[in-house]
Formats: sequence, structure tokens, C-alpha cells
Amino acid sequence: MLDIEIDGKALQVVEGSTIIDAAHQLGTYIPHFCYHKKLSIAANCRMCLVQVEKAPKPMPACATPVTNGMKVQTHSEQAVKAQKGVMEFLLINHPLDCPICDQGGECLLQDLAVGYGASASRYQEEKRVVMNKNLGPLVATDMTRCINCTRCVRFTQEIAGLMELGQAYRGEHAEIMSFIGQTVDSELSGNIIDLCPVGALTSKPFRFSARTWELARRKSVSPHDGLGSPLIVQTKHDKVMRVLPLENEEINECWLSDKDRFSYEALNSPERLTRPMLKHGGQWIEVEWQQALDYVAHAFKDIAKNHGAAALGALLSPHATLEELHLGQKLMRGLGSGNVDFRLRQSDFSQDGQGTPWLGMKIAEIGSLDRVLVVGSFLRKDHPLIAQRLRQAVKRGAQVSLVHSADDDQLLKAHAKAIVLPSQLPQLLAQVVKCAAELKGVSVDAAITALAVSEKAKAIAESLLSGTRAAIFLGNFAQQHEQAATLQALAQLLAKITGANFGFLGEAANSVGGYVANALPGADGLNAGQMLAEPRHGYLILNAEVELDSARPLQALAALKQAATVVLLSPFKLPGALDYADVLLPVSPFSETSGSFINTEGRVQSFNAVVRPLGETRPAWKVLRVLGNLLNLPGFDQDSSEQVRAEVLGAATPTPEFVTDRLANPLSDVANNVANNVAIKLDAGPNGLERVADVAIYSADVLVRRAPSLQKTRDAASPAARMNAVTLQQCGVSAGQELRVRQGEGQAQLFAVLDAGLPDGAVRIAAAHPKVAGLAAMHGAITVEAL
Amino acid sequence: MSFQPILTAGLDPATGDATWHLDDYVKRGGYAALKKIFAENITPEAVIAEVKKSSLRGRGGAGFPSGLKWSFMPKAYAGAKYLCCNSDEGEPGTFKDRDLLRYNPHQVIEGMAIAAYAMGTERGYNYIHGEVWELYDRFEQALAEARAAGYIGQNILGSNFSFELFAHHGYGAYICGEETALLDSIEGKKGQPRYKPPFPASFGLYGKPTTINNTETFAAVPWIINNGGDKYLELGKPNNGGSKLFSVSGHVVRPGNYEVPMGLPFAELLKMAGGIRGGRRLKACIPGGSSAPVLPAEIVMECTMDYDSIAKAGSMLGSGAVIVMDESTCMVRALERLSYFYFEESCGQCTPCREGTGWLYRVVHRIEHGQGRPDDLDLLNSVTDNIMGRTICALGDAASLPVRSFIKHFAAEFEYHIEHKKCLVPPEVQKEGSKIYVRPSC
Ligand SMILES: Cc1cc2nc3c(=O)[nH]c(=O)nc-3n(C[C@H](O)[C@H](O)[C@H](O)COP(=O)(O)O)c2cc1C
Ligand code: SF4
Ligand code: SF4
Ligand code: FES
Repeated sequence: MLDIEIDGKALQVVEGSTIIDAAHQLGTYIPHFCYHKKLSIAANCRMCLVQVEKAPKPMPACATPVTNGMKVQTHSEQAVKAQKGVMEFLLINHPLDCPICDQGGECLLQDLAVGYGASASRYQEEKRVVMNKNLGPLVATDMTRCINCTRCVRFTQEIAGLMELGQAYRGEHAEIMSFIGQTVDSELSGNIIDLCPVGALTSKPFRFSARTWELARRKSVSPHDGLGSPLIVQTKHDKVMRVLPLENEEINECWLSDKDRFSYEALNSPERLTRPMLKHGGQWIEVEWQQALDYVAHAFKDIAKNHGAAALGALLSPHATLEELHLGQKLMRGLGSGNVDFRLRQSDFSQDGQGTPWLGMKIAEIGSLDRVLVVGSFLRKDHPLIAQRLRQAVKRGAQVSLVHSADDDQLLKAHAKAIVLPSQLPQLLAQVVKCAAELKGVSVDAAITALAVSEKAKAIAESLLSGTRAAIFLGNFAQQHEQAATLQALAQLLAKITGANFGFLGEAANSVGGYVANALPGADGLNAGQMLAEPRHGYLILNAEVELDSARPLQALAALKQAATVVLLSPFKLPGALDYADVLLPVSPFSETSGSFINTEGRVQSFNAVVRPLGETRPAWKVLRVLGNLLNLPGFDQDSSEQVRAEVLGAATPTPEFVTDRLANPLSDVANNVANNVAIKLDAGPNGLERVADVAIYSADVLVRRAPSLQKTRDAASPAARMNAVTLQQCGVSAGQELRVRQGEGQAQLFAVLDAGLPDGAVRIAAAHPKVAGLAAMHGAITVEAL
Repeated sequence: MSFQPILTAGLDPATGDATWHLDDYVKRGGYAALKKIFAENITPEAVIAEVKKSSLRGRGGAGFPSGLKWSFMPKAYAGAKYLCCNSDEGEPGTFKDRDLLRYNPHQVIEGMAIAAYAMGTERGYNYIHGEVWELYDRFEQALAEARAAGYIGQNILGSNFSFELFAHHGYGAYICGEETALLDSIEGKKGQPRYKPPFPASFGLYGKPTTINNTETFAAVPWIINNGGDKYLELGKPNNGGSKLFSVSGHVVRPGNYEVPMGLPFAELLKMAGGIRGGRRLKACIPGGSSAPVLPAEIVMECTMDYDSIAKAGSMLGSGAVIVMDESTCMVRALERLSYFYFEESCGQCTPCREGTGWLYRVVHRIEHGQGRPDDLDLLNSVTDNIMGRTICALGDAASLPVRSFIKHFAAEFEYHIEHKKCLVPPEVQKEGSKIYVRPSC
């Protein structure tokens, strides 16, 4: 520890601290622009100059290491003169027109200029003008305002992993820009808006639509990926205007993915459903709530009476709240049907009852891992901020290995990578198991010992065994895999052998919540796959576009089309549902209801509505509650979403912060699981072309699909048929050519794209897009032919 | 005792630059120092001690004692350490390093090899200014000769000391001469100074311990090893050892590089350069490159050419570029040109320099063009106050010192300009002095 005195106050700081660290510890504010706690030190703005005893010149607090006995003055004459001098320099070329700047009112330069600026400018020369840059659909520029603090540059390089911005030219001509002709395409790009201390980088969608002081700030939670980023939602006149991160070191740190930040635009979409609607003689008519709900109750009762309750099924969404999921399953069960599921993209359910797919550890602990294996994950796009944590871990020396079917650049230095066809993933993982078992002297199933081990599998096993804190994570792709149970069993076995943490990277905001709410088929119920493979008479759908959100779109669509009654609860008039549904009930998106999500680490996060429901929209939990009443079901008398939550989580107040005690992935049953799954399935060989499907980041759920600015990004490009050069040649097609792709009875017309990151024989076609809704499944055999 | 040159020993520019090759250098006694080290088993510590004794100070501008700098390198460091030679020579007025590389590149190579031995570094780079491309080519050839002869490379002269040396060229940015910008540039990044600490001796090239010296600094090393540090020190004055190359330019009869012992009176150096052109009188002199404060004739004529004397007079010996100005010089115009240089060459990283250099230039430009205002001189001084000591690298100071010293010593000329909107020195006098076109408006 080092002793230091700041403005006469003594304290101790750890070795390696800078003066600004020490000041923070003390709660002393030192003005600064370029310094940011999550970025490297640039020491370029010079705003943080302070007086240090015995130093002849003022020193930058952000970059000066504390030495023992140091005495610092932040407000002495020397310090203040230096700070004012720097402020003058920052302002001479800065437009002094805050009233027309989008940052006005939330600008660090404006704030500090009040304290350190002069009232008149001594600079009488012509001011600098800097041309604006096109950074893409999300970030607007006003580069004349840039103070060259390089926070944005350092963010793209250090946090997002790819230096998409740089400072070109020299001296007064220095400019921040992207590579010539390129935009900033990172899935984390919006953070540079928050980081920019001035109005040089602002939000394109939000730009000039409101002033910060007109906005109410409300807390919420992101409804997208399994991280559950805490949000500040800013509203004006009951409209969501902007979303910012609510800092939480344990979850999102101070960042947000672009998906979490910009998806709010969909809340104000013209596609919003604002009144209940019934299909009458093939025509949609708007009706009163009472009429619509009566209709639903009647229809469901009829079906139960005439065909048995098992003819009903509920397809819920992992983006729905805990309360909605709970009441949804309760309603079905009350009607007598165990057909409930929210795992629409899953296709292998044979592991059901074996635990809950959750991270298996705290998100914050990812940073302290030193060995990681991620199996089957489009990591960056599926889990932008978990990928970011892993990126930082790698910088600190962690080894991250990847087993997957596509070699997308995760912008982290992978230790070992094995990229194989989907059908070969279990094999490959089994090789890693074999290798680890040999190294540890453990015996495993004969089917595993019989395998030949590849170099890559060996490197992965060795890496996992060489560290002290290892983890194995199954990504979305592994969970959606046709042999998900086998992959899980193998990963668990590997975790057991290596002593690694075992976990899942949760796909959606409530992937864990759905389990906790038991929105799952009972012993006699059908799972999501079965409900669509064996068509029901009536369906209750909550917040999903089943033809886009399920593992087998064609089958799903057929099942819904033949059903007598399809009831959709959704904030949007979903185009598919206009065809197959009979009732549309407008329910609140996350911003218009209270509720809870349980994120992938088992953290319960409840939130309130931030705006009033739009039009006739009602929170889904209330709609389900009233439906329960109309159906005369017991236990539908909750007065608040808190009561619903208490029903699920227990009446304890306050509600538990974590529900990890309810989540388990017992490694004790591993041997059995392996015996049941592995031995039989390892022999699968590649068989013709195989589809690899990612769920593109901006098509993952109902909300984000309707966010216009995100839909203009490069990540939202429409699906193509991606193949490596060998596969292209093997199919006799070339990149750029239009193809007919056939899968099952379905087909789609797509352009061929060369993707060197795919294994031979793989055709990568993104799922969850209307253009590919005609294809049979997210996996399995596929054929292509030139058009 | 008449002075025997060290750096330029045996060279005769009159015969051209054909004698730069290895054979010629060896004939002049080259590589004897390197051989001596291995023949006499001189330890690295002893080499550093000898350099310390010599009182050799960095010839790149700051005049930091070289032996001391070398001793900062961690001895027991496991892993790579680097040695860099700074041949970026971009300071206006300075043209000595390029002549060392043109006429005597092997001397620099030998000096670097000795320095590498002293500090236990196995890899070195010579960063050569991008606008003297032919010297970069020449250095590559010299390296090939030295490598072939075993003076650099693996197991030098049969010893177990290895040193790989490479040439690296810049593209002419002045800022890449700042030692940490130079490191970034070698690493393939945009050349921008780093904030110090950490200093290169602990976190240098690729984050490894690194020592950077000027070309001339290295070139002096073989002589010190051959003749001893004491001898070197004796050549000059206490604390100002050895000889120094001065690049004399401006209004002299024979501009050029002059190697003289440290402490030579300025007047004698001026005489060696043939005195002032056209029989005019000396008006002022910048004794150490454009970053050094200007000294008026009466002060500089009393100085001797060494670090201490020039510092006492209020300037810096700097890189040893002696810019001589006679009475035909308009000091406002001279300053305008200097200020423009720093404005153009600022890397733009830190606020005071990025914004301040442009401000300084614009105000001086205004004054020169008849648009000065009465409080401009105070403004200029105040802006330099806000730049100096507040920047990441010394370019901020380098841009400020000329402004302050020009105003300090030639205030009357600036005031005249502001008041009368024209030069105190009549245009025809300027024209006569510079023999170049002078703007009619002045
Ligand atoms: C803006 C700037 C430019 C510089 N340019 C040079 C240069 O061209 N050559 C040089 O040797 N040193 C230059 N220096 C000084 C170097 O940073 C460094 O002090 C020197 O190379 C150390 O070598 P020495 O100790 O042998 O002098 C420059 C410094 C600054 C601040
Ligand atoms: S754009 Fe903003 S964040 Fe980037 S350097 Fe300029 S002021 Fe800093
Ligand atoms: S002082 Fe000037 S040249 Fe040096 S780092 Fe700052 S901006 Fe760059
Ligand atoms: S905050 Fe310290 S220099 Fe910018």
C-alpha cells in the first residue's frame, strides 16, 4: 500500500494506482475527458492536470502513478491554471453553439466549461471545420465537435475487439474516422455514443428528437439475450425515446449491445397491434377485449370438450416474462393439457428433466476464468457482452477454445479451434473427452475410447487441464442441435473429468425463467417440437412468430394453418399470424408491463412498466389472468405481477436475487447420460450437404425484427447460402450465383456466398428470416442447385 | 594542441563519399574498438563505466548523459531487449546525422554493436528519416557488409555475443524523431509519442526494455572505447566531453557540418564557416536547432559551444544546429516560418499542442501580414505558458520556446510590425540578404 494525500486528505492506495484512482477512492472529482476506467490510458486531453508536490510541472492525474508519500493538490492555483488553460484550448476550435447540439445538456465539455471556461474567447482566428463521416445507421457524427480524446478509437480496439475507428492525419488536421468507405459494424458500436464526451458521436435514431432534460429516466431490463442487461429507458409523453445502459459491474459493466440499445425503435413501430382482433369470415375485425376473451374461452373450452384437453397446446416465448410464462402454463394445465413449451428452436428434448440450462456460474466470474471451451456458439452475435468478457479474459492470459461449425471471427485470439460439420460435433467433443480422460487416467465409455483423436481435440483437452479455473459452455447452436442431448452429456462428462464449470449460454432473456416457471411439458405433455409435429386443434401463442422462431418452420406453419383455433398474444400484428391466427390480443412489450426475467446466471431482475400500454394493449399477465377467470379456473386471482412472481418464487420478501439453488445440472448422472446418448450416436458420418443455421443477431426475436435502424446494419443483411470454396465447387456453383436451396419439402431462393470459415459440405443459411421460412429445418440435409 | 576530429576522422568530403565502405572504415581504424572488447575481455559494466567517464551526452537534443542512460537498462531481464538508433533527424537546421550515415555508416554500426554489448541487447534498429532514402539504402548495404564480416550477427567475432541490427525507414514525420513515437512507428503504428512513465528502459519497443540514442551519440562510442573516457572528456570541457558536429546554416559563407571540440567559442565556429555573408553583421543565432531559443548577436558572441555555456545564456545546445541570421532577417517572418513548422508537425494527440500550435502560428502569421493587434504579444506569451510543460512530449515546449525568445529579444520588431503593418527591416534589405523573393507587401 502507498500513502498519498489529496487536497490535504490522506489515504492509502494499492501499488500501481494512478492519482485519479486515488481521487476516486476519496470521492474527489478531477476533471477529465480521455480517461475512462474501462479503457487504456491515453493521457491526451490534459484536462486532469493536478499539482504534485516537488514536481515542477502539473501532472496528468490519469496517467501519473502514485508514489509513496505523494502530495497532490487538485485545486491549487497551479492546478486550476493548467486546467483552465486546457479548457481554453479545447474550446477554441469547438463550436460554441450548444443550443443546436444534440449533446447539449448531457455534455461533459459543456459541464466542465461552466467551471473552467472563460466567458469570452481570446481566439479570434477562423475555427476548424471537420467533415462528418458515415459510420452506419446507428451512430451519427458531428466531427467538428470532436475533441480527439480517442475514447471511441480505444473502445473499438480494446473492448469491441476490432479497431474500426482511428485518428488519421496529424496535428490540428487530426480526425477520427473509420476505414475509408467502411462503417462501424461492431455489435457493440452504440457504446461509442456514451463514451464520446461531446456531441461528436450521437445516436442516429434518437438524434434531435428530444432534449435530455425533457426525458424521464426509468429502469428496465433488456428482453433480448440471456445476459439481461439493466437498462435506463428514457421516455417522453409515454413514448420510449432512447435506451441507455444502467451500469452494473456484475452484468453489463457499463456497456450495452446495439440490440439492447436500439431495439426500442420497434416499440413505436406502425406494426403495433393496439386493439384486439378477431377473424370473422376470413376478415379481421377490431373488437372489444371482452368479446375477444369470451371468444377465446369459448373456443378453448369447446376444443377441450370435443377433442380432449390434449388437443390444446401453448407455445410461449423465452422473451416473455416470468409472470407471463407462469400464467401461460397454469392456464394450459388448468384446462387439462400438459402441452406447454417455450423452447421453440430446440429440436432434441431427450435431456428433459436433467437440469436447467444456465451458466453454472456468475457472469462476473467469467473474467477470472483461465481456460474456457465454448461449444457451438456464434459467440459475438449471440452473446455480445459475454464475448467481450471472454475477450478481456484472453488479454489477461486466459485460453479460450472453440468447437463449432462456423469459423466466424470472434475478435478474440482463440487458443484452439475445431470447426466441423454439425453432424461431427458430438464426435469431436468425444475426442476431447477421450483425450482428457487419458491425461487424467479416467476410464470412459468404450465408444469414446475407440475414437481416433485429432490434434485440435488434443490441444483443447490439454488446454482445459492446464489451468486452474476452467469452464465449458454450450452455446445456442449446441442447444438447438439435433443431438443437443449428446453434446450436453459429453460436455458434462468433460467438465467432470477436467473439473471445469459446466454451463449454457442462455439464448434469451428468460431461457432460465421458463424452466423456473415450469413452462415445460409435463410427463404427459408434448414439447414444442411434438406440438408442431403432431398438430393440435387449438394453440395459444405468446409473443412468438412461430414460423420464424421454431426449429422446423414448415412444419410449424402447417400445424398452425390446420388448427381450428390459434390465439396470438403479441404486441405486433405479425404478418404470418394474420394468415393462420383467429384471435389477436394486443399485449404489452417489456416496456409497458411489469415483470421479471431470470438471466443466464440465475439472477432475478424485476422491472416496472416505463410507459403506459399503447392503445388498448394490456400486460399479458393480466390478459392470461382474466382468461383464467373466464375459464373458471382456480388460482387466477392475482392483483399484481408481484403476486404472480411470488407464486413462482415463493412469497419471501424481498424476492431472491438469485434462484441458483433451483437450477442444477448434476454431474453425478453424467455416466448414465453418456451411456444413453453417446454410445449409440457417435457413429454418425457426414451425409451429403448439411445446413448450418445461425439466428442472425437482428432477427432473433419479434421485437428486434421490427427495429428499423438495426435492420439497416450489415448484420441484418438478408440470408444467403454460404459455402466454402470446396463445397461451392462440389455443388458446381459459384459465389454470387442465385441458387435454389431445397430442404425437406421446402425450398428457398438464395445467393451463393463464399465463406472460408465453413467446413467442407456445410451450407450456412441463417434462420429466423421470412426469406428462408420455406426451408424445413435449422439443421440436417440440404441440396443446392444453380437457378 | 590542435584538435583531431573523431567523428569525421580520415574523411575528406572534397573527394566525395566513396570511402564509406567497410574496407575504407577498417583502414581508418574501424571496428578496432569492437575487436578490443573481445580481445581484452572488457566487461559490459566496464564499457558503460568508460562511457560514463567520457561524459558523453546525448546528441539528439536533450543532452542526457549516455552512460547513465545505458545503466538504466535492466541487467537480469529475461527476454528480448532492444537498441534503437535515432536517425530521424527532422529538426530544422540539423543535417549532421545524415552526413555521418553518408560518409561513415560503419562507425554508427560499430557504436551500436558496442552499446548492444554493454546493455546485453540482441536486436537493434536504426530508424532513418524517410526523406534521405539513399542513406537508408546505403545503410542496408553497410549492414550487409558488416554482417558478412561478422561484426554484427550471431557470435560476433567468435564471441558468444550476438547482435542483429536492422535498418528501418520512416516517411519524414518530424514527430517520429521523438523516441517513443519512433518506437510506435517501428511497431507499425502511427508515430505518436507515448506518455512517460513508463520510460523506454522498462517499457520500450514491443513493450520490452529499450535504449534509444542519436546517431552521433553512437558514432562517438568506438573512439571512447579505443582511447578511453578520460581522453574523450579532456577534448571538451568538464561535464561536456568530446567533440561535436555542428550543422551551421543560414547567412554564412560556408554552411556545412563542422566537427569541433566542445567548448569552442561561437565566434570561432562562425569564422570556420567563413563568417557572415556579404560582410553584413550578425543579428541573431539559434544555437541548437529550431526548438532552441534564439539568442541575439551580442549574447551568442560571448558563448562557447557546449551544453552549459549555451544553457547559461538562456538557450540549448540541442542537436547542434546553428542557424545564423544576419541583419537582413525579419524576425517576425523567421518566427512565422518556425511556428508553421510546429503547427504542421504536431502529432495532434494532446490538446495544448494540437490546438496551441495552430493558434501561435495564426497569430504570428497575422502580425507578419499586417493584421497584428496591440495585445497579440501578451496573448502569444500566455498561450505558450499554457502549452509548456503540459504536453505529452517536448514538441509543445519546442513550439513555444522560439515564440517566447523571439518576442523577448526582438520585441521592438514585433511591436513595429503591429503598429506600422510592415517590417522594420525594409523589403529590399531582406531581399538582398536572402537572395530570394520577398513578398512585396512586406
Ligand atoms: C519532437 C521531437 C523530435 C525529436 N527528433 C529527434 C531526432 O530527429 N533525432 C534525435 O536523435 N532525437 C530527436 N529527439 C530526441 C529524442 O526523443 C531522444 O531524446 C533522443 O533520440 C535520445 O538520444 P540521445 O540521448 O543520444 O540524444 C526528438 C525529440 C522530440 C520531442
Ligand atoms: S469522436 Fe468523441 S470519443 Fe471519439 S475522439 Fe472525438 S470526442 Fe473523443
Ligand atoms: S506535444 Fe504535440 S507532438 Fe507531442 S504528443 Fe502532444 S500533440 Fe503530439
Ligand atoms: S483525463 Fe488525464 S489526460 Fe485526459
